[in-house]
Amino acid sequence: MRSTGIAAGFFAAALALTACGGAGESDGGGAQAADSAVGVTKDTVVIGTHQPLTGPAAPGYSKISVGARAVYQSINDGGGINGRKIDYRVEDDGYNPTRTVEVVKKLVLQDKVFAIVGGLGTPTHSKVVDYLNTEGVPDLLVSSGALAWDNPQKAPMTFGYQVDYTREGKIQGKYIKDTFAGKKIGYFTQNDDVGRDTQAGLDQFVKDQAVVRQGYDSANTDVTPQLSALKGAGAEVVVCACIPAFTALAILAAAKIGYHPQFVVSSIGADPATLSGLLQDFAKRGGASVSSAQLLAGLIGTGYLPDVALTSDPWVAYFKGIHDKYIPKEPFTNTVMFGMVQAYTFAQALKAAGPDPTRQKVVDAMSSGALKGPGLTPFGYSKDSHSGYTGAFVFKINPDVTTTVIQPPAVTDRGTGAITPYSGERATPDQVNLLGK
Amino acid sequence: MTVRTSLPETRVKAPERKRALPPLLVHLLAALGAFAVIVVLTLVTDEFTNLRIATIGYYLIAVAGLTLLTGLTGQVSLGHGAFMFIGAYTVALLVRRVPSFPLWADLLLASAAGGLAGLLAGAAAARLRGPYLAGATLALAVGLPALTRRFPDFLGGSNGLNFTVHSRPSGVVGVIPELRWQTWIVWLSVLLALVLVVNIVRGRLGRDFRAVRDDEVAASLSGIAVGRTKILAFLVSAVCGGLAGGLQAFLLGTAAPGSFTPALSLSLLAAVVLGGLGSLWGALWGAVALVYFQAWSEDLADVLHFNTDVANNLPLAVYGVILIVVVLAFPRGIQGGFQWLRARLKSSRRAEGER
Repeated sequence: MRSTGIAAGFFAAALALTACGGAGESDGGGAQAADSAVGVTKDTVVIGTHQPLTGPAAPGYSKISVGARAVYQSINDGGGINGRKIDYRVEDDGYNPTRTVEVVKKLVLQDKVFAIVGGLGTPTHSKVVDYLNTEGVPDLLVSSGALAWDNPQKAPMTFGYQVDYTREGKIQGKYIKDTFAGKKIGYFTQNDDVGRDTQAGLDQFVKDQAVVRQGYDSANTDVTPQLSALKGAGAEVVVCACIPAFTALAILAAAKIGYHPQFVVSSIGADPATLSGLLQDFAKRGGASVSSAQLLAGLIGTGYLPDVALTSDPWVAYFKGIHDKYIPKEPFTNTVMFGMVQAYTFAQALKAAGPDPTRQKVVDAMSSGALKGPGLTPFGYSKDSHSGYTGAFVFKINPDVTTTVIQPPAVTDRGTGAITPYSGERATPDQVNLLGK
Repeated sequence: MTVRTSLPETRVKAPERKRALPPLLVHLLAALGAFAVIVVLTLVTDEFTNLRIATIGYYLIAVAGLTLLTGLTGQVSLGHGAFMFIGAYTVALLVRRVPSFPLWADLLLASAAGGLAGLLAGAAAARLRGPYLAGATLALAVGLPALTRRFPDFLGGSNGLNFTVHSRPSGVVGVIPELRWQTWIVWLSVLLALVLVVNIVRGRLGRDFRAVRDDEVAASLSGIAVGRTKILAFLVSAVCGGLAGGLQAFLLGTAAPGSFTPALSLSLLAAVVLGGLGSLWGALWGAVALVYFQAWSEDLADVLHFNTDVANNLPLAVYGVILIVVVLAFPRGIQGGFQWLRARLKSSRRAEGER
């Protein structure tokens, strides 16, 4: 069998090609120098992001990049940052981690972006953090509250943005303990870091009151079994750490089985305008019509950015101006503003990096702790912390789908530290003066 | 005429020696040639295009496996993503838990794990046919990724696992970019696996597959064990799926349930139909289409400046339209279209010659 021998030889040679060392062992490929200015030219800065424009997380979240783009357009029309226009590339990953890896490599290798800004999602973004840090690409303002982004030793290029789920869970837990003492509590959480980290925070305060814990997967849109279990256990307060689509699904499923608990929803899924759109949409698909105002009234949520309905807030007014000029057809929701604030914050960091920005200078600007802006709680950025907003306020949705703050902003840490009220002053848009000299 | 009686044996042997190369060797040489083409292609393109070439590679072996099952043996599988899932998680777990294992062992084990699952699925599938088989395999695609949530500590839950695979020998670090090296390894593995697949398809087993596809009763009357043949087809096909998943995990450094949705299984089947049912060349066109139609329609959406809701869903819509058009125009897929074109060219040349 000569041919078999030859074939065996080929296979052996092929195997030898890959046989050098274990697959899980380091090959000594070091990190690249961060101090490069890839993506920066005389008059542009190219940045990229991965967003769920399609797929399970698209309802609601597909509007974040729309808001961000409007802010970049307004900055560009105002002359750009230090004379450079921002070229914002959005790639759709459909909330699929495989696609995330592909599109991020596309942004880094083909589009040669200066930085990735606001990459969305925990299961998605966690797959590219190592890559971005190895390549030395700034990975700023991740759109997820997972704790993983705050790890300056292992991921020096990565910075969080929104309040992390544990901080938020602590604030929710304390509020529930103070307000609903003695009531039975049920958790309804996404089966990943969102759920795990939120529960870590909640359990510090309401572990004894929690009678039932249910999880959901974003791939399965039928949440009736979970809501039935919550109802069956007699939970009077349901903490929902859900993305917008699943807050809406949970509310509808509860209504369907005649279950009316007090919902307490995390900031990621508590935007009244987005929720009321989704409720209408989902109910219509199910062949029913609902009053979303009625379903949402009384819902308690947490947040860290001013609500879009608060037009007296200088930042809301500022972003409303941009919205009305560039994307007047889009509803002005908290989700859109989330993207706008994110874009604005990046622009601030880019400006702080000086007239000749490099990747290292932008990272230094982020960790300087000097960034102050629209949020009602401060950022945690410093040399030792890359965590985003450090606290939240509690609000209630009114019958007319506006909101009322029922507990003022408070800040805390991601460990077991105390929750303290925050009353620091914010800089106004005029004081930040982004496009001024 | 007198010579004829004297040396009949050498006479018979002479023409045989001309094509004396055994098919396995021919296929290996072809694979080597193909690998050389890939190496050249990756050298003349940028790193990101290399990633796309590598992506085509692992889709190719998955689609080829499915072609063998659906096109050659007539068993519809709507669950091939599940075998990719198994392969990907095998590599992920091995890289994380047994870092000293070399990559080739990881990939072999990924194929073996896929094959084992295929054996089990095949045993059940041999008793089912038509829509029932499709339903059973679909259940596999829906159900299996949910395992990750059952064992969140072991399999990483919805978040999946991420890891870095180091495959470059220290000698080439800094000489050959990582993605290029990975692309070579992906294609080398794929081509070697394809050699085996082609050998099976062209061999006795392949004839058995086709006989079972065309008429099960006739096949069993001819002495073919129908059930066993079907299970073998599932086995080979699942080995390919497992390898594809393992290569994907190796290439992208991730294994997460969100990547192995039923939509993946359906798009693999669509690629089989698009490329040409039952043709291994068709598998290549199908894999190319999977990667490049998406990319092109995204570029198109960018160029046309559609409003976002249209642009976001354009790639899916374009893929659907192309699939419908191709199936209407060439029921035997892209490969069928090529064959038709070649036949036309030949006949027109012949017509010219006659004139």
